[in-house]
Amino acid sequence: MTKNSVNIKLGGEAGQGVESSGMGFARAIARAGLHIFGVQDYMSRIRGGHNWYQIRVSERPLFAHEPKIQLLLAFDERTVHDHLHELVEGGAVIYDEGLKVDEDEIKSKGVIPMPMPLLKLAEELGGSKLMLNTAAVAAAAGILEFDLSYPESVIRDSFGRRKGSEIADRNIRVANAAYEEARRRYAHLFEWKLEAIPDAPKKMVLNGNQALGLGAIAAGCKFCCGYPMTPASSLLEFMFAQARRFNLVVRQIEDEIGALLHAIGAAHAGVRAMTCTSGGGFSLMVEALSLAGSTETPVVVVVAQRPGPATGMPTRTEQGELLFTLFAGHGEFPRAVLAPGSVEQCVYEMARAFNLAEKYQMPVIVLTDAFLANSLRSVDMDAIDFRKITENIDRGKLILPHEHEKIDEALKDGYRRYEFFEDGISLRIPPGHPKAIYSVAGEEHTPEGFIDWEERADNRVKMMQKRMRKLEVAVSDMKLPQLYGPQDAELTLVCWGSSLGPTLEAMERLNDNGVRTNLLQFIDIHPLDWESVADILANCRRWVSVEGNYSAQLSRWIRMNTGLKPAGTVTRYDGRPLNPVYIVEQLQSLLVKV
Amino acid sequence: MVAQVTMKDLQSPVEPTWCPGCGDYGILNAVKRALVQLGIPPHQVAFFSGIGCGSKLPDYIRANGFNSLHGRPVPIAQGFKLAHHDMVVIVVDGDGDNYGIGGNHWLHVMRRNINITHIVQNNMVYGLTKGQYAPTSMKGFVSSTSPEGTIEWPINPIAIALAAGATFVARGFAGDPKHLADLIAKGIQHKGYALIDVFQPCVIFNRINTYDWFRERIYKLEDDPNYDPHDKRMAWEKAHEWGDRIPIGIFYINEDLPTLEEQIPALSEKPLYQHEIPPKLEDLEALKLMFV
Repeated sequence: MTKNSVNIKLGGEAGQGVESSGMGFARAIARAGLHIFGVQDYMSRIRGGHNWYQIRVSERPLFAHEPKIQLLLAFDERTVHDHLHELVEGGAVIYDEGLKVDEDEIKSKGVIPMPMPLLKLAEELGGSKLMLNTAAVAAAAGILEFDLSYPESVIRDSFGRRKGSEIADRNIRVANAAYEEARRRYAHLFEWKLEAIPDAPKKMVLNGNQALGLGAIAAGCKFCCGYPMTPASSLLEFMFAQARRFNLVVRQIEDEIGALLHAIGAAHAGVRAMTCTSGGGFSLMVEALSLAGSTETPVVVVVAQRPGPATGMPTRTEQGELLFTLFAGHGEFPRAVLAPGSVEQCVYEMARAFNLAEKYQMPVIVLTDAFLANSLRSVDMDAIDFRKITENIDRGKLILPHEHEKIDEALKDGYRRYEFFEDGISLRIPPGHPKAIYSVAGEEHTPEGFIDWEERADNRVKMMQKRMRKLEVAVSDMKLPQLYGPQDAELTLVCWGSSLGPTLEAMERLNDNGVRTNLLQFIDIHPLDWESVADILANCRRWVSVEGNYSAQLSRWIRMNTGLKPAGTVTRYDGRPLNPVYIVEQLQSLLVKV
Repeated sequence: MVAQVTMKDLQSPVEPTWCPGCGDYGILNAVKRALVQLGIPPHQVAFFSGIGCGSKLPDYIRANGFNSLHGRPVPIAQGFKLAHHDMVVIVVDGDGDNYGIGGNHWLHVMRRNINITHIVQNNMVYGLTKGQYAPTSMKGFVSSTSPEGTIEWPINPIAIALAAGATFVARGFAGDPKHLADLIAKGIQHKGYALIDVFQPCVIFNRINTYDWFRERIYKLEDDPNYDPHDKRMAWEKAHEWGDRIPIGIFYINEDLPTLEEQIPALSEKPLYQHEIPPKLEDLEALKLMFV
């Protein structure tokens, strides 16, 4: 028997509830005190096609999924066909007995077919074929001998205790019947079991986009706008859903050009403002990004990457916009780029992005990708400590126009929006106070903010130096890459963003196999203290960058800033997320060469 | 109680760089008159402009200003307004800004009825880039990018505004600053989005649509006792009048729709910028429970 370590995949057509069932099941498992990692895969269509949802379960925190599974829940025939090869020997397929499935083929792979009257139970006991999902998940719980009260509590919560309770009751009837029948017929054949750990720390289950939303709200973001684009849309939707509760202004704008400009307008008024998009939408924002740089307006832009170029692969994942976000925009201006790699990091880095933006009066880009944005992870409730955010709000040199006393104190000799200071950062008083009436301009401007219509060389040089000086100062607030694993290693894996999870597990596997390996994660991409980074890398015996893109963009960025080259690169650009097995395989062929 | 605001209060230290005789002087004058007339002090008004001769206007009036990008002031102004809704927000841009590159932003701001006054300086030519044809240039207009005359028909801003749902649609003339000031004042007082398209002669690059050309043709809608600006059908008809007689004044007004900001719950008590941040810790802790 294998306890509390299993990979479960649900598959079916779009519209069959694959994602909602998978997420519900994952939540139930987390309520039982176990850790989960959930990853989804879907096509850019509303109905039909093929979607799947995969849940990995363990007693310890998880950061990645595994390519091999033990249990497959097939809502259609295609799921069996497409995923049979992923099942390990002794694994099982649960499906409705009405599906045309070749049992012999399943058996030939050493996998156990487990047909069940799922549809019949759904219709007879629930009165709706829509409850087939419930039956399937309950059947899975049955063979896993997982306490059904956890899935039941999730059903209760999703269908409500008021008006919908009758639907909940019917679902629970279906679940009980499917659970009992599956357990009776198949549980003894199946090796993997789930056992609740009731006294484990309470867990939250959330994805990267939700984590970014939490970080933004906790940091006092009050204005969020965007144009829907996969995989960023669910962040915009999350902010809409929280607008009433937290008194936010959340707006859907006509396009991404307008979205970043709206955020600039709100930030200009003194409000913490953000927008979110993917690479294609960010392309449209580039002009406005440059305006934020020139006018020194603090805005936060979330770029949830997906494969390009152009429309690319809308529902897949990639880390292809690192260099794009670093260089986007005409002209030279300061910006920061942060790339959180886990759910917890999404919460904290998003909050930090607002501090950096306001402190240095510049745009800050938070880079994620579809894998991080959509993947569901369990984290202990305590791992997200909002006090770390709320007690560290730093709005820099901001005085709001209604803070009359502060303004009186600060403005002895009048106000100049772009006054020169040693740190390059000017006092920021948003419009509205009689002592701080001023104009700003994207065009090169005077310290007062007027267009410098003579385009004077000396003013230009001073203004350029003022703006770029902020970047030098900001370095003191930026984090050097974080080391995981042994201090001294023969191999160092270098990664950023969502590569963290799979690379961490790859590192563990390599260490288990006797290759002493550690990992360097870059969360802060720019600006950075590159001399220190160079020292760290120079002390690595061999370093390999692990990235979800074609050209190993982080390694190029490192080389540009330090002159250092990696011993090799592991890249992936088929639209699929990195996983530990893939990374180790790639490294093995690489290490033969290096 | 109207505050005492004088023309002197609105005097900027910056001298305009406009050509002598430019229609923009008349517009600047009218904007100042409107603010004086309404008693709006300079710190309570914010101008958002694009790029072009007329978009330099915020520097030439003592008030808050934001000289942005070509075609982009409209969304910036909206974001600002939602964050500081008791500020008077005025967009000042040109025909290239608003009817060309920023057309999509314009189309959508009109259906939102956000309380913004939008003055479009329409000189029917690209002046600052030295004389290319504009979206509002008349068919056949000869310019450096239409050497044989444009083969396109001009945009009809009034008709588009009516179709798009603007609740205040007007046209003024830079050669009549007194009348224009009145239109701008009414636009500012209007509860919702107000478009004021302004005929603005470019004395250098548009030798067709000159002060005289306009003076020979324009007449004021308010002089017609039968004209009712609340009647959209009448407005639609007048929007298409062009040639020997061209109407100016208020084409259409609808005072019955709520503004965008009135419909946003977060803005019901005080402007967004005055909200205290961060939120309460207990509210954040409660939010965690949604993920359990």
